[in-house]
Amino acid sequence: MTDNRNTMSCADFQAQLPELIGSGADASTHPHLQNCELCRALLADLETIAEAARQLFPIVEPPEDLWEHIESALKDESGGVSPDAEKDEEKGS
Amino acid sequence: MPHSSLPIQPSDPPSEASDSKIPARAPADGAGTANPLVPSDDDTLARAQRGDHQAFAQLYSLHKRRIYSLCLRMVGNTAEAEDLTQEAFLQLHRKIATFRGDSAFSTWMHRLAINVVLMHLRRKGLALISLDEAMDPTPEEGPGRSFGSPDLNLTGAIDRLALERAVTDLPAGYRLIFVLHDIEGYEHNEIATMLDCSIGNSKSQLHKARLKLRDTLRNTPRQETKR
Repeated sequence: MTDNRNTMSCADFQAQLPELIGSGADASTHPHLQNCELCRALLADLETIAEAARQLFPIVEPPEDLWEHIESALKDESGGVSPDAEKDEEKGS
Repeated sequence: MPHSSLPIQPSDPPSEASDSKIPARAPADGAGTANPLVPSDDDTLARAQRGDHQAFAQLYSLHKRRIYSLCLRMVGNTAEAEDLTQEAFLQLHRKIATFRGDSAFSTWMHRLAINVVLMHLRRKGLALISLDEAMDPTPEEGPGRSFGSPDLNLTGAIDRLALERAVTDLPAGYRLIFVLHDIEGYEHNEIATMLDCSIGNSKSQLHKARLKLRDTLRNTPRQETKR
């Protein structure tokens, strides 16, 4: 435990942290952090992770044959009639 | 939390009313944005709604990357992501006529895909019930685990690939909340509605996910965390 001069312990502060961060308040101004290096480091890490997450995961191309699978499933759903044939049939009727 | 309590059912179309609360993030593949290369996007949608298969194929081409990427982030493996992308587009095919245009089509499609993934995770028995236990952290996962030496502060040292791996390795429930909030930009109240949990639980679960990521990243060999 850090020797902080506030009445709140690190455990108490960290128990409040989900709500503190989730509320959108500026958690860095919390009095507990004035004297607690460990909790300041924790908060900085969590903010860094959240910020880095926004840059994560580029858009990925699905496999080329996925559309063929989808078309096949659409055909199955329409009772074996291909979507194109079904439309042609509608046009002809 | 009984499975039947989830508000997400396969036959339920995405609620356009609730879609209006979804953050309006620009689709990264250009779908739904003013793209001069696809000036007939609205026409394509209208034709697809009338059953034009070619138009539906065009919609697939426009949205496949974003939907597949979303599924991949949420489930963490390519085989499941492919299956879920397929299911999302099959759902789209069934429901596209119900799209009224009250929200952006890309937003509606995005929400539909999320619903498909959530249904899948529910069928797999994902312990979303753990959301209800989030306010009662175990000794292994509670606040006490958060302490660390200041010299291990991650600021400025997160490698993107290491973080992606760490997110992929998160337990499914944690990953779900983390992806929805920190990557996809949903608010806690939206996530709470989607997952049928309290806002407090959503916040708590997200916090635990970030703590777990921090632990993982701190244990990643330093040569892998350097840019």
